[in-house]
Amino acid sequence: MSYNTANMKVVEGSYAVAHAVMCCRPDVISAYPITPQTHIVENLSQMVADGELDSEFLTVDSEFSALSVLVGVCAAGGRGYSSTTSQGLALMYEVLYNVSGLRMPLVMNVANRAMGAPLNIWNDQQDAIGARDVGWIQIYAENVQEAVDATLQAYKIAEDKEIRTPVMVCMDGFVLTHVYEPVELLDKEKAREFLPDFEPEHILDPSHPMTFGAFADPSTYTEFRYQQFEAQLKALPKIEEVARQFQESFGRYYGGLIDGYFLDDADIVIVTLGSVVGTIKDAIDSMRSEGKKVGMLKIRSYRPFPVQALRKALKDAAVIAVIEKDVAIGGEAGLVTDLKAAFYNSSIRTPIIGFAAGLGGRDITIKDIRRMVEKAEAARKGDLSEFEFLALRKEIL
Amino acid sequence: MDKSLLAPGHRACAGCAMPTTIRLVLDAAGPNTIVVSPTGCLEVTTTPFPESSWCVPWLHSLFENASAAASGVEVMLKRRGKDTNVVIIGGDGSTFDIGMGSNSGMFERGHKILYVCYDNEAYMNTGVQRSGSTPFCVHTTTTPSGSQSQGNPRPKKDMPAIALAHGIPYVATASVAYPVDLRRKVKRALEVNGPSYLQVNAPCITGWTFDAGTMIELARLAVESGLWPLLEYEKGELVGVKKIRRPRPVEEYLKLQGRYKHLFKKAECADMLSQIKDMALTNMAKYNLVD
Repeated sequence: MSYNTANMKVVEGSYAVAHAVMCCRPDVISAYPITPQTHIVENLSQMVADGELDSEFLTVDSEFSALSVLVGVCAAGGRGYSSTTSQGLALMYEVLYNVSGLRMPLVMNVANRAMGAPLNIWNDQQDAIGARDVGWIQIYAENVQEAVDATLQAYKIAEDKEIRTPVMVCMDGFVLTHVYEPVELLDKEKAREFLPDFEPEHILDPSHPMTFGAFADPSTYTEFRYQQFEAQLKALPKIEEVARQFQESFGRYYGGLIDGYFLDDADIVIVTLGSVVGTIKDAIDSMRSEGKKVGMLKIRSYRPFPVQALRKALKDAAVIAVIEKDVAIGGEAGLVTDLKAAFYNSSIRTPIIGFAAGLGGRDITIKDIRRMVEKAEAARKGDLSEFEFLALRKEIL
Repeated sequence: MDKSLLAPGHRACAGCAMPTTIRLVLDAAGPNTIVVSPTGCLEVTTTPFPESSWCVPWLHSLFENASAAASGVEVMLKRRGKDTNVVIIGGDGSTFDIGMGSNSGMFERGHKILYVCYDNEAYMNTGVQRSGSTPFCVHTTTTPSGSQSQGNPRPKKDMPAIALAHGIPYVATASVAYPVDLRRKVKRALEVNGPSYLQVNAPCITGWTFDAGTMIELARLAVESGLWPLLEYEKGELVGVKKIRRPRPVEEYLKLQGRYKHLFKKAECADMLSQIKDMALTNMAKYNLVD
């Protein structure tokens, strides 16, 4: 990975992402305010107000309407953008399915946040993981730079004629939206070369009247769903291809579908997604200095779920510990369940243990990671605890 | 009328006022029009994939977001410098109830969109359940008449007043039984620079239960009884009232419909009937409907 440090600026994560959106030249931005997404759309509003960005900015009555407006924008041939989080994403739930079913290549940044009740504005990933089946591609960012770069890549993936599927670029709320860190902002002209103008195949046009959003009965509904399923499978190589194209243009690459850290010789592999990756890397550095063969695998594309890439990358692990900021109450959690499912029909029989951590904004510390690794070592020796809440405060229960 | 922009072959019931209403609206709006419809009878009867009755571009997204989706269409057309009509056509469930938030947002943002509500006064597509538009005492499947009930206990929501409260430039009521008036109002609504709202009385044969041949007569009686005044507001001012040439008793309108039949069977409904008559008299006085 190469950074041109001369071009780096210390900016807030939300500004950096808003700048990336500006470089994507959406025709219409439609958004409703919700913490911690607000700074992204405030920055975009200002860019429009200052004439820096030639977009229509619609202030709407709800997140539900925010995304619904973009259905119309897309049907009329425009490029649309929105951003939300948590309760707002939940309010959009019905529209999320509608957008993907209508094959509208929209892009949203989701500033990941916990779901109420109890009300909690801080970061976890329950919102997006809970929406894993809505038919959107989901890409998770480790840091602000990745969120910036993934936003530009997202439109290229979404608008590809073979894919035509909306993309959520997930970035941890506050941790990434409100952090100030050095970022290389996208170059507008290079972004334009990388992402040409949107060329829709079908639009609402009185000279060629078409019907959008007809209903499908049991004789055709399955095939509509299959086409969406197939498009996400096609997105697997496309996400990788776009990441490589991005590398050629901008010099940065963080893996397409997944990325690894000390993965090759690792006995214990931590699998995760999002900003906790940074903490885990630090923990691994110190454990490696103690001679522990710990490595990490970062999921960048959670939907489509990169089954083959994961099987290949994790086949030699002795034990796998999944740490994620969500919980599937009544089951386990999204990522660990998906990972187990990915391995079941393979020859991999590595023990997999799962941890819910960092819920509602609780810090995940290096100490927590070490404790998890201890559990993984125990699991390797046969003491397998399948799933638990990491650093649970039993004293207040 | 030239060839209709709503092609035959749709699955609406014989005797339904909705397709007639839509044909009149499209006839007035012309081919340079994009229609957005919420979920409802109109959507399911006109677009069974891979067929469509729509000869103009048509978009359906969800039940409660037609106004938001249409806003997106309108903004894009403006951005591209295109002068195309954007017309929402939806039933009363999406208009009065579930879509209220997005309707309010569209009105308040001032999009140049005509919203046409074909008002059949209940959730007909799902089997005649009460909506916010259902009038007082109407029997629906969720406000049935019974030993402890005389049908819907509440009056119809005043949706035109809600539209007016947004300060939009044009609000009107119309009826499928008055096609010339309806077409004129559509044309006027499309001329104003901003949102417009047109609420059309559109009897539903399955929900109201009447003889299919009497649909237009029934719609006319709604107007002539004073229960459905034909009104027109520009910039918040009442500028047009359709005078009733031959006022008719409310009972004549109610008796043709199965949804009111309990009112004529139970002695305790006399009070309800007189309340409905009062509503008609109030309208006649308020809008000076009869010379």
